[in-house]
Amino acid sequence: MAEMLLRDAMSKALREALDEDERCFLMGEDIGAYGGAYAVTRGFLEKYGEERVRDTPISESVFVGAGVGSAMIGMRPIVEVMTINFTLVAMDQIINHAAKLSYMSNGQLTVPLIIRTVTGGGGQLAATHSQSFENWYASVPGLRVVVPATPYDALGMFRASRKDNNPIIFAEHALLYRVRGEVPEEYYEVPLGKARIAKPGTDVTLVAYSGMVRVAEEAAAKLEEDNISSEVIDLRCLSPLDLDTVIESVKKTNRVAVVEETWKTGGFSGTIASDIQEAAFDDLDGPVIRINGPDVPAPYARNIEQLMIPSADWVVESVKYNFGL
Amino acid sequence: MATTLNIETLAKEDALEIFTQMLLIRRFEEEAERLYRRGLVRGFLHTYIGEEAIAVGAIPNLREDDYVIGHYRDHGHALARGVDPKAAMAELCGKATGCSGGKGGSMHLFDAEKHFMGGHAIVGGQLPLAIGIALGVKLKELDSVVMCFFGDGAVNEGEFHEAMNMASLWKLPVVFMLENNLYGMGTDVNRSRAGGASIYGAAEPYMIPAVQIDGMDVMAVRETVSEGIAKVREGTGPVFIEAMAYRFHGHSMADPSNYRDNEEVQENRSRDPIDKFREDCLEAGKIEATDLELAAEKVDLVVQEAREFAEQSPEPAPEELYTHIYADPEEN
Repeated sequence: MAEMLLRDAMSKALREALDEDERCFLMGEDIGAYGGAYAVTRGFLEKYGEERVRDTPISESVFVGAGVGSAMIGMRPIVEVMTINFTLVAMDQIINHAAKLSYMSNGQLTVPLIIRTVTGGGGQLAATHSQSFENWYASVPGLRVVVPATPYDALGMFRASRKDNNPIIFAEHALLYRVRGEVPEEYYEVPLGKARIAKPGTDVTLVAYSGMVRVAEEAAAKLEEDNISSEVIDLRCLSPLDLDTVIESVKKTNRVAVVEETWKTGGFSGTIASDIQEAAFDDLDGPVIRINGPDVPAPYARNIEQLMIPSADWVVESVKYNFGL
Repeated sequence: MATTLNIETLAKEDALEIFTQMLLIRRFEEEAERLYRRGLVRGFLHTYIGEEAIAVGAIPNLREDDYVIGHYRDHGHALARGVDPKAAMAELCGKATGCSGGKGGSMHLFDAEKHFMGGHAIVGGQLPLAIGIALGVKLKELDSVVMCFFGDGAVNEGEFHEAMNMASLWKLPVVFMLENNLYGMGTDVNRSRAGGASIYGAAEPYMIPAVQIDGMDVMAVRETVSEGIAKVREGTGPVFIEAMAYRFHGHSMADPSNYRDNEEVQENRSRDPIDKFREDCLEAGKIEATDLELAAEKVDLVVQEAREFAEQSPEPAPEELYTHIYADPEEN
């Protein structure tokens, strides 16, 4: 099986979309002449031309809205918002329009729109460029939220996203683009709403998504050294959410920690924790642990920036302390 | 202001149709207001009373494959586009037979089959959608046009400026229809816009041809919009038409209109677009008074049927709460 960077898996996913479906086009800031802020669309403009690889003005609201509008009449737009921080400027179009049109029109209209964006911190980009808002979008009915952690899933879930007829926030973590992973030559898809057991285990369940999956895996390896067996679950999607896989794991391990990069207050880990307690209270040997970034804006200086992003050591300590392991 | 098309050039049946459509919108909304007072229509009800000449002068110039999208004061646009008055009234009453299944209400009428792409209730939010529909049209290499209605309030939103720029930059087939009724809810346009009450100049920095017309003169609207559509259909980019208007009633049923002088309201009501058209037609000998009476009777019947249909229709079934949140999974 060939190994591939997540960035290249995304490039492949986008080339497939343009090659296979004439209704698909890409639109966003600096995706054409510049080649994409994260180089995912390098060479696309030359190959596909400026009608299908559209550099936009820095006008997030109108180019996201233009994606919605074109989807309303049967196009399959793939809109790139350079980072999830900038999606806030387009939130009216995403939440008030894209997410509502199917419902408000009683199914007369659909919005098969993929909004690709880059999430997460850790790049010393400070408070306005280091945020994660997947959890916010996951709270909006009508949106799907896809958060791949591996090149395999990035390609497989993008393929599935293209077949979905709903507006999708497809959030790629900035620090994962250079992660390498196995991607088969033969065609496959990864269905939306099916979590992945990244590593099986028996003593504690670590639930994570996006950039935190690697942190959880690293923590699991460290815990293994102390003979603590962790099961790592990669949620893959926040909406639709595969709670069943989580609950099944919790029934086996009886202990669970949810690891998430964004702020603890309002974090998606709170929803997961609550859902677990409702569904499996009697299976728990202790409270559901939430490991989130603290409620502070991201600082620039590396030493203090690192203090706000959950790390493997942080997870290990927390698991050992809270569960007395 | 553009010159008024001579009414003499109108075919009699066209004149009658214009009159009938304007009156239908007027009577439909008067009935909706009664239903609101009776408690059958709830939520926000924004009437278009006084502005009918814009929708009726503009929308019938479009082809079936063109698109209409607008704001929450949408009854007039929907009816002028041919949305069934029964389905529209049922929607206002929150019934399952409504044109949005009872899920949208007055502000969110939809009829995809008629290419009526919605009333949209976030001020300015429909403008980016119109850009997208126009972009889709262009990418599909069709020659449809998109008519987008918005009010003077929307002009101060960032989405307006983003949309104007992109429409012009990408030469998109959009007819921007500004309905300037001089008030953004209760705020006088002179108190909200640095450039004052005359807005069409705002299109100039975006290199969009723009014109201002009397939106109470249905013939002026008809002529200008017809020319505008033809120009847009050539593929050279958008046009911008500012129709000066006045809403006779409050912003919504919840609005006592304290911010407007009674004198101002009365003066504008004296220019009622339906009365004006009726008088012009009679003066020109275009239509007989009896034709108009007959048309009015037909309108009353249509509105009565719409009301009865709405009253008698069932509410959405409880399980409808959970339908169409997501699109049905299907091959695409």
